[in-house]
Amino acid sequence: MTLTPAELTSAVSGGIGTSPQRPDGNLKVRGEFAYASDLWHEDMIWGATLRSPHPYARITSVDITEALKVPGVYAVLTADDVPGRNLYGLEHKDQPVLAVDVVRYQGEPIALVGADHPETALRAMKKIVVTYEVLEPVVDMETAVDDTPLHPGGNLVRHVPIRRGSQDVTAEVVVTGRYEVGMQDQAFLGPESGLAVPASDGSVDLYIATQWLHVDRDQIAAALGLPQEQVRLTLSGVGGAFGGREDLSMQVHACLLALHTGKPVKMVYNREESFYGHVHRHPAVLYYEHGADHTGKLVYVRTRMYLDGGAYASSTPAVVANAATLGVGPYEVDNVTVDAYGVYTNNPPCGAMRGFGAVQAGFAYESQMDKLAEALGMSPVDVRVRNAMTEGSVMPTGQVVDSAAPVAQLLKLVQDKPLPAGTSSDIRELPGGVSNTTHGEGVVRRVGYAVGIKNICFSEGYDDYSTARVRVSMVNGSLSAAVHTAACEVGQGLVTIMQQIVRTELGIERVTVLPMDTTIGNGGSTSASRQTYVTGGAVKAACALVRDKLAGRTDIGDEVIDETTEWRHRATEAIDPVTGQGNAHVQYGFAAHRAVVDVDVDLGLVRVVALDCAQDVGKALNPQAVVGQIQGGSAQGLGLAVMEEIQTSGGKVRNPSFTDYLIPTVLDMPPMSIDVLELADPHAPYGIRGVGEPPTISSTPAIVAAIRAATGLALTRVPVRPEHLTGT
Amino acid sequence: MTTSRRQFFGQAAAVSAGVALSAPAVEALAAEPAPAGLVDVVFEVNGERQKLRLDPRVTLLDALREQLGLVGTKKGCDRGQCGACTVHVDDRRVLSCLTLTATLQGKEVTTIEGIADGDDLHPVQRAFIDHDGFQCGFCTSGQIMSAVKVVEEREVRTDDQIREAMSGNICRCGAYPNILEAIKQAKAGDR
Ligand code: FES
Ligand code: FES
Repeated sequence: MTLTPAELTSAVSGGIGTSPQRPDGNLKVRGEFAYASDLWHEDMIWGATLRSPHPYARITSVDITEALKVPGVYAVLTADDVPGRNLYGLEHKDQPVLAVDVVRYQGEPIALVGADHPETALRAMKKIVVTYEVLEPVVDMETAVDDTPLHPGGNLVRHVPIRRGSQDVTAEVVVTGRYEVGMQDQAFLGPESGLAVPASDGSVDLYIATQWLHVDRDQIAAALGLPQEQVRLTLSGVGGAFGGREDLSMQVHACLLALHTGKPVKMVYNREESFYGHVHRHPAVLYYEHGADHTGKLVYVRTRMYLDGGAYASSTPAVVANAATLGVGPYEVDNVTVDAYGVYTNNPPCGAMRGFGAVQAGFAYESQMDKLAEALGMSPVDVRVRNAMTEGSVMPTGQVVDSAAPVAQLLKLVQDKPLPAGTSSDIRELPGGVSNTTHGEGVVRRVGYAVGIKNICFSEGYDDYSTARVRVSMVNGSLSAAVHTAACEVGQGLVTIMQQIVRTELGIERVTVLPMDTTIGNGGSTSASRQTYVTGGAVKAACALVRDKLAGRTDIGDEVIDETTEWRHRATEAIDPVTGQGNAHVQYGFAAHRAVVDVDVDLGLVRVVALDCAQDVGKALNPQAVVGQIQGGSAQGLGLAVMEEIQTSGGKVRNPSFTDYLIPTVLDMPPMSIDVLELADPHAPYGIRGVGEPPTISSTPAIVAAIRAATGLALTRVPVRPEHLTGT
Repeated sequence: MTTSRRQFFGQAAAVSAGVALSAPAVEALAAEPAPAGLVDVVFEVNGERQKLRLDPRVTLLDALREQLGLVGTKKGCDRGQCGACTVHVDDRRVLSCLTLTATLQGKEVTTIEGIADGDDLHPVQRAFIDHDGFQCGFCTSGQIMSAVKVVEEREVRTDDQIREAMSGNICRCGAYPNILEAIKQAKAGDR
């Protein structure tokens, strides 16, 4: 007898579609969950990183003599000590592990110190003498391509053109705009940290907070000049990620120090170093022209966009492709012209952050849709619904959207929600709060809408997969399962989802999630909203193999059933380098927001009063976690709308602290009413649709639309700060 | 149940030569007075008397994490900006990264490790689980230590008052709505 998942769902509790307690919940509320920064090893020493103070300079000499003399120092390492390839990178190997001859951004690592105490390491670092010839930094993304070349191939990382339909069609109503998106930081609360433990055979174990164990491993092994099997990674507790842990930070550094000194080495970044130690969201400048007929139907969209990748490529090529292919938003448009450019500058390196290219485009195209609505005298919702994509619509890439795309429905859901009660006279509920800046005078309340589209999973022909192992044996007289993957839990709740899938598939309630490490095959990246889809798919597939062997038995004696399998989603294609045509994406996710804001128009203070959201998730495997993702993604979009920006001048970061880089607090986060649609995608396991990113895209433009409505200002740049509203 | 990180490192120790979580035990202080530049402090942590000899610049956060092996209190910024390091000193919530250990002579410190009663979670811990008041959990120790006091503070009643009282604790995962619900549950139970 073969048991089907449907029959089993009712048989055990905690399966898919329910919201069981997180397996790590008890440890987390007790303070016992060990994050990377909590790791400790008897005999360990501390690593520290000397970083460039200059955004662009030639290194003329590095003298470590005095630093080596500091008592308690075990090693001082420079580029000369990197035994393997001193270049790494997710897409292009262009970033040195330690700088050679030149530094291309402020904060670029130049030397490492290993010492008996963090303060000893700091003292020794101060004794390293680096002489620089400071160079004029390239900082303008729009002119970077014609400026001083920072890399051998010049400053263009990638140009993605899209040409669809007529390139010179005209329209009755035309709106144009230039938009800017500031540099957002992931600002995960648990700073980068890792512990490298050398083994006597010259291999190394690294315990690390990351998003992708295997790609870290491959890059580390290449830099160390070791075979991959001699570099073993284990995921430690991760204090948030949001894309900021996709690239290497101290992974190679800690291993280098450990292998060099023969001692376990711990490295922990402080908050300031964390701002220099990971990539950020690409700042962008986007030019748009939308043409429509008098009914509001879009005739064409033309856009030219620049994304500032900073000093190294990181994931810029993929970010540019996302911005381009998703560049018109969730709308049907027959005639599309896109030119998206990712460039090198001497600004901080930029790479992955939740929303990955779709966020920058989303702010711009949604601002344009509002402008179009105004030009046509239509409501913002009507103009969007008029053009809303549906299942069967064709993307600018020519790809047919072949599962649910309920764009109009999502907009109507948020539009129909009740509005919050009128402006309060309680200062706590007004802009400025207990700063007591107003009792209601000068406060204007308005509403804004936005909807967004995000590709789910890796794109453009990447052969993406995940590996899962499921083992079943008897424990205390009943079947018990263990699930093992290398897919990183970063807080999103993947560990819960994996348990739920095993329970549903095997009817076994007791499921242990084994530590995530590189002793099993690749689990792929915790990014692109893909883990529930791909690793979830792999766990489901491994369960099917186990189920065949179980053959309905509830007692297997001493037998152990242990199955490992790889699982892939359907293939995608590269896009044509000239026309941008191709089936680039696996799946699309959609979310819509309605923001209600109170703006003190005299002081420029904004309070988001409500931020309601509707999103299609295909199937909510864990409804509580789905809502948590929507809340968290919306909060980060709110941050980009009104406060979050790494401000640079001349390539230097001006605000590397939580005093000056503001993150939404509970006071900034309004109540959210959330509608979750479950329109199954037949191509995905259980019909799911990736959840984590779509809400980050539409919350920013919805909030800015509401502020525009309240102030009458154009507001073409995010974050919107008080001085933008008061003109002072 | 996922293997706890403690258990997991216990297992990992066999292969990787002794990775452990707890910092070295505090050595008993010598009877003689502290050498120049160091100070002796005697205070209570989670009901246990602790004597520390330390540099007067050492914060309570570092003393807890590095000297007492209590790593449940988190360092998100070390500058008083995030709330992850919130603990109680003599029943008031303080930021341990802004508190010098040397000032704590005779004081009582409670950390996240000290609020459960054995296996029985504190009602606020229970409420955070019930309402899924976290994702990555890095802010959670601080949120819970703040929330324990907010639950006790009778003048904090409405949602807006709770938000105001919790505004020093950042959650980057944005679990705020659930944190708010958790505190309301704990407050309801407390009344
Ligand atoms: S670590 Fe103390 S407030 Fe952030
Ligand atoms: S749960 Fe991640 S920071 Fe709050």
